[in-house]
Amino acid sequence: MKGGKSGLAAILPFLWLALFFAFPFLLVAKLSFSDTALAMPPYAPRIDWSQGLAGLQAFFAALDGETYARLTRDRLYLDAYLSSLRIAATGTGLLLLIGYPLAYGISRCPPAVRQALVMAVILPFWTSFLIRIYAWIAILKPAGILNAALGALGLPPVDILNTETAVLLGLVYAYLPFMVLPLYAVLEKQDESLIEAAQDLGATPLQAFWRVTFPLSLPGAAAGALLCFIPMAGEFVIPDLLGGSETLMLGRVIWTEFFANRDWPAASAVAIVLLATLVVPILLFEREQGKVLR
Amino acid sequence: MDPGADGALNCRTPSPRPQIGGVRSSFAPWEDPAARPLVRFDGVSKAFGDTVAVKAVDLSIYEGEFFALLGPSGCGKTTLMRMLAGFESPDAGRIMLEGRDIQADPPHRRPVHMMFQAYALFPHLNVAQNIGFGLRRQGMAKAEIAGRVEEMLALVKLEGLGGRRPDQLSGGQRQRVALARALAPRPRILLLDEPMAALDKKLREETQFELMSLQQSLGMTFMIVTHDQDEAMVVADRIAVMREGRIVQAGRPAEIYEAPADRYVAGFIGDVNLFEGRVSAAEGPLLRLQAGDDRFDAEGAAAVGDQVWLAVRPEKIAIHLDPPADPRNRLAGKILDYGYLGDWTTYLVEVAPGRTIRAARANTTRAVDRPLGCGDPVWLTFAPSSAVVLTK
Repeated sequence: MKGGKSGLAAILPFLWLALFFAFPFLLVAKLSFSDTALAMPPYAPRIDWSQGLAGLQAFFAALDGETYARLTRDRLYLDAYLSSLRIAATGTGLLLLIGYPLAYGISRCPPAVRQALVMAVILPFWTSFLIRIYAWIAILKPAGILNAALGALGLPPVDILNTETAVLLGLVYAYLPFMVLPLYAVLEKQDESLIEAAQDLGATPLQAFWRVTFPLSLPGAAAGALLCFIPMAGEFVIPDLLGGSETLMLGRVIWTEFFANRDWPAASAVAIVLLATLVVPILLFEREQGKVLR
Repeated sequence: MDPGADGALNCRTPSPRPQIGGVRSSFAPWEDPAARPLVRFDGVSKAFGDTVAVKAVDLSIYEGEFFALLGPSGCGKTTLMRMLAGFESPDAGRIMLEGRDIQADPPHRRPVHMMFQAYALFPHLNVAQNIGFGLRRQGMAKAEIAGRVEEMLALVKLEGLGGRRPDQLSGGQRQRVALARALAPRPRILLLDEPMAALDKKLREETQFELMSLQQSLGMTFMIVTHDQDEAMVVADRIAVMREGRIVQAGRPAEIYEAPADRYVAGFIGDVNLFEGRVSAAEGPLLRLQAGDDRFDAEGAAAVGDQVWLAVRPEKIAIHLDPPADPRNRLAGKILDYGYLGDWTTYLVEVAPGRTIRAARANTTRAVDRPLGCGDPVWLTFAPSSAVVLTK
């Protein structure tokens, strides 16, 4: 009885993973090895189950890596890939620069104030993500709130909507809680007596921060960076709404392939490449780091 | 049981009874009016909000002393120590180190190092890096740091463990690393905040003796904060008993035990039987006391008519099966209960309904068939010089 129960509990996460990650992933992987076709759905081959085993063999014989070859021939994909990485990396860097002092400041507050400040960090989630991004359009557009404010201060207007700057603004704004919360979690539970011990042994407050607080908060910084970098690299909504046509990111490439070009295999291949070159290495790195921290 | 092995063990392990006479009877700089204190608390007070933690404490600690601040939790002993380390600043009064007011010095500029109660080892640094932390802050050269770290590792008997991380060590080893880390930069005074609270009894007793020999061989000044009276008795040259932010009494362990200043100290250090009464007559140093229906003789200083308390330690009370001839300081009763501790047996004797006296007897012979048991009628006596007359 007992064994059965714990067995089920152990299987559930795997079942979840299989159902909502492995199965869709295999479907997408299969799609990426197919070819486009003028059909509904718009790809070939499809498994002819009436032929039995022979149909299955014919299906596998028709799969090829042609789509991937196409990705390497067109500069567009490489450019979008590199541009995505660059924007995600810049965004992560900015988030660390803004999020670390924020999380550190919150963790130094009295407990009652801390709760309120953490709440304030989470509060934007109570409004729809889309509405918040649309609000940025209203702020950044040429005759928007930002330029009105600049004008009132006697400063020249800026035109940043539909630029990479606007995309970075949107990304930093939208992902800030994902950076602050893991950082806050490690900083808040840090033992105050460690700082006292460092100062007692002759470290100035600044040295105590760099020698003790900062290294001990790195796992939180790594978690926050991962939580932001991966989804930002594949982000679609923010570059689409704030970046205009000049910002090239993989999320938009995938969308264009799927919905504008009806090229499902190409969209799938881009998604697979993103996963294979970004997510998998990062997760492996994370596992190695976990071993060290153990 | 092998009596030889048992005897050898007793030489290393302190008996649960406090030692009488202290560790070094010749060492007493606090009695020398010309001696300059290393640390001096001068009317130091500290409050947290409405709670007064330390009230007008005057205290001097001398070079080479092993000083204990003893008191229950919340008595202000930790606050007093943290003020010396610089983590709290006094609301009033001054703290002097080698004759200099250190009020303006932040913790990192004070040559005072602390061993924290939960050790506060840096989890991201290995043992050697932990011990070298203070040395690096002093700007010591790398090679010199390595040498000193090795020296410290040998001192606390952790040779070869420099590469371990704190979480790979046992509790006792962690404690030694914390000690080595605080000692490495050679502080003028080492502060120990409940250093043995996290150790089990056996290890605690061993560590107490190691701390003592370490302190004496290094010739350093140690100040320990503890709530454990046995621990303070064993390790310290001098003990200050604290209560509600004040120092009630400071002196050698034997003075505190044998001549407590008041009922609080008498009750806090060891067990004590208290008899409340009045001085009815005085004959030289001998006082005659009337305590209810009982009359006692005791040596002390009090005037006729004063209300006093007679404090008698359980081990100073003798138990007799037959009524002693001398009627002075004699109480009749019956054994209500007893606790056999191996080396000692403590008897709870009812001398009147609801009134019990504690008497302790050393088990000097192997009392397998015990002559005393529950319900046995006994007589208790104590010498007039064994009792202490307390006026408050």
